[in-house]
Amino acid sequence: MTRFVLKRLLLLPVLLFLFSVAVFAIVQAPPGDFLTTYVATLASSGSSISAEQIQALRQEYGLDRPVWVQYLKWMQNLLSGNLGLSLEYQRPNAELIGERLVLTVVLALFAFVITWIVAIPAGIYSAMHPRSVFDYVLTVLNYVGVATPNFMLALVLMWVAFAHFGLSVTGLFSPDFVGAPWSTARVVDLLKHVWLPAVVLGVAGTARLTRVMRANLLDELNKPYVTTARAKGLAEWRLVLRYPARLALNPLVSTVGWYLPLLFSGSLIVATVMNLPNIGPLLLRALINQDMYLAGSILLIYCFLTIVGTLISDILLAWLDPRIRIEEEG
Amino acid sequence: MVESAAIAVTPEERISVASNWRLVWWRFRRHRLAVVSALILLVLYAIVLFPDFVSTQDPEATDARLAFIPVQRLHLLDGWRLSPWVPSVTGKRNPTTLRMEWRIDESRKIPLGIFVAGHPYRLLGIVPARVHLLGAAAAGDRERVHVLGTDRLGRDQWSRLVYGTRTSMTIGLTAVTFSVILGVVLGGISGYVGGLADVVIQRLIELLQSLPTIPVWLALTAALPRDWSPQQVFLAITVILSLVGWTTLGREVRGRFLALREEDFVLAAELAGASRRRIIVRHMVPTFLSHIIATSTLAIPAMIISETSLSFLGLGIRPPAISWGVLLQEAQNIQTVALAPWLLIPGLVVILSVLAFNLVGDGLRDAADPYSQ
Repeated sequence: MTRFVLKRLLLLPVLLFLFSVAVFAIVQAPPGDFLTTYVATLASSGSSISAEQIQALRQEYGLDRPVWVQYLKWMQNLLSGNLGLSLEYQRPNAELIGERLVLTVVLALFAFVITWIVAIPAGIYSAMHPRSVFDYVLTVLNYVGVATPNFMLALVLMWVAFAHFGLSVTGLFSPDFVGAPWSTARVVDLLKHVWLPAVVLGVAGTARLTRVMRANLLDELNKPYVTTARAKGLAEWRLVLRYPARLALNPLVSTVGWYLPLLFSGSLIVATVMNLPNIGPLLLRALINQDMYLAGSILLIYCFLTIVGTLISDILLAWLDPRIRIEEEG
Repeated sequence: MVESAAIAVTPEERISVASNWRLVWWRFRRHRLAVVSALILLVLYAIVLFPDFVSTQDPEATDARLAFIPVQRLHLLDGWRLSPWVPSVTGKRNPTTLRMEWRIDESRKIPLGIFVAGHPYRLLGIVPARVHLLGAAAAGDRERVHVLGTDRLGRDQWSRLVYGTRTSMTIGLTAVTFSVILGVVLGGISGYVGGLADVVIQRLIELLQSLPTIPVWLALTAALPRDWSPQQVFLAITVILSLVGWTTLGREVRGRFLALREEDFVLAAELAGASRRRIIVRHMVPTFLSHIIATSTLAIPAMIISETSLSFLGLGIRPPAISWGVLLQEAQNIQTVALAPWLLIPGLVVILSVLAFNLVGDGLRDAADPYSQ
């Protein structure tokens, strides 16, 4: 087990290196370097920047040097925790990203927990009562849930809340807490706001998970050992929860690997629509304004989150299923 | 069945001599929802072919005075007679907010005609024509008909939706076609050739699959030059979407090839002296072709949702090109939606088409599985 985890951890820097090269290539792709864009933006807003300042910036980012030097400079800065200066906000990127990163993770984890809490019982009930009214209602909901883009769901919820209750359900904090330092009251306020975007984010996943759980459990329920247990007089719910439900859960754990990363990147859209202060809208704005170092840093953070999500599920799976452990070690 | 009339054939005999495709079709037909969904998709693709004919107005025609006209509900029956009509709308400027306020007047009916003359266009891009499916029966500029209302620039939403359908449905199909080609070729090489090629392709798939899709797509589309024509952007986006999309299929095809390579019928073909190419094309591919079709049908909706989301965020298809995502951009502001809820209608069409693709895909998958009941 330890060897398995170690092997995976050693792979992490390799993957990150490959991704950092890819990310750098992508953000470098648009024509012109970002300083030209920056100078043009400044000029259009009426302010100006002296030739010396431009020269200083050019040197700091190595813009007058070959591409690989620029990459190395960026990496060097990144590794020393210096994420560069956002050109648009004129603030250190690390400062901009810090809290937003925490909120991104919090939102995704909430969505994840909601998904599992809803999907597993719903799937079990559906499989225990196939072709019941509840099962049919759930099937319809599942199909619609998978088919609805989550920005659409967010829009409809916001519209209903606004038009019928006069509420604005955007943001993750009440106005009083937006810029406040962290405190218990602020956490409570966050908890009050986070569940709605989390539900929106988790709907498609919940629908999919319910369907998979139902199908897995139905397969298990047809097996002879279930009949045996039933013949021995075990209470139905106890029987189901104790044996087949656990077996049906196993393949689901392997989906965590792609589901958690999906939540991280999916939160970008929900966050943009619902105006949530996480790294999604920041990336979008950075991309639109060609603030390349900020965009690159955020992209790399997304890559990191994705890899960590996959890693967690690999470890979970190896821990739950000895077959994988043995195969990997052997 | 025609052939059963000629010779009396018992049902079992019919099944035992039917070709694989016929069996798939019979099983698919039993899945009623899938058949209905397939019909919906047919209608949508008919619209893709003839958007100009189905539209009632020029989708680009703006008129600020006609902004935010509400939906004029289409009625098919007038009393008991089949004669389509819509209620007329009258607008009055609110003296305090200076906004036009539209009222639907159910008592005044605007009769609609079928195959009426309207704005000129070229059918399939070639044949010049003026005929439209639906339009005001009495020609005249005063009686404008907006079955799905208008947006903030007074553009007719129905017509825009029809053109958006063309873009979005085509993107789904092209992106999946690219994915299938990439997936089958690379997956096939990986599974059939094996060795170093297999290792390289598998690592590549793993690498691509651990990319955070939406942020990377956004960055790639943001990197597209601003001065590209809508056609170039369209093509670039399909390529970007299929760059990640092929991996799932590639894996599956590889798995199939690996399993099939050991099968007796492949060995038999090899011993009979069939060439490698013949073995692949003639013996291996047909065994999982139906499966590939089902999987690709299920991949189309994901592409559609991705395109819609990207365009909605302003980094996919760009105006003046129209797609479902571009249409939904109009609904980004909640105050606007509260004022004009009909701007969310394109979202319903997205859901409908994705649902239809999913149901057809599920039906195909069940039908293609020879072991299903």
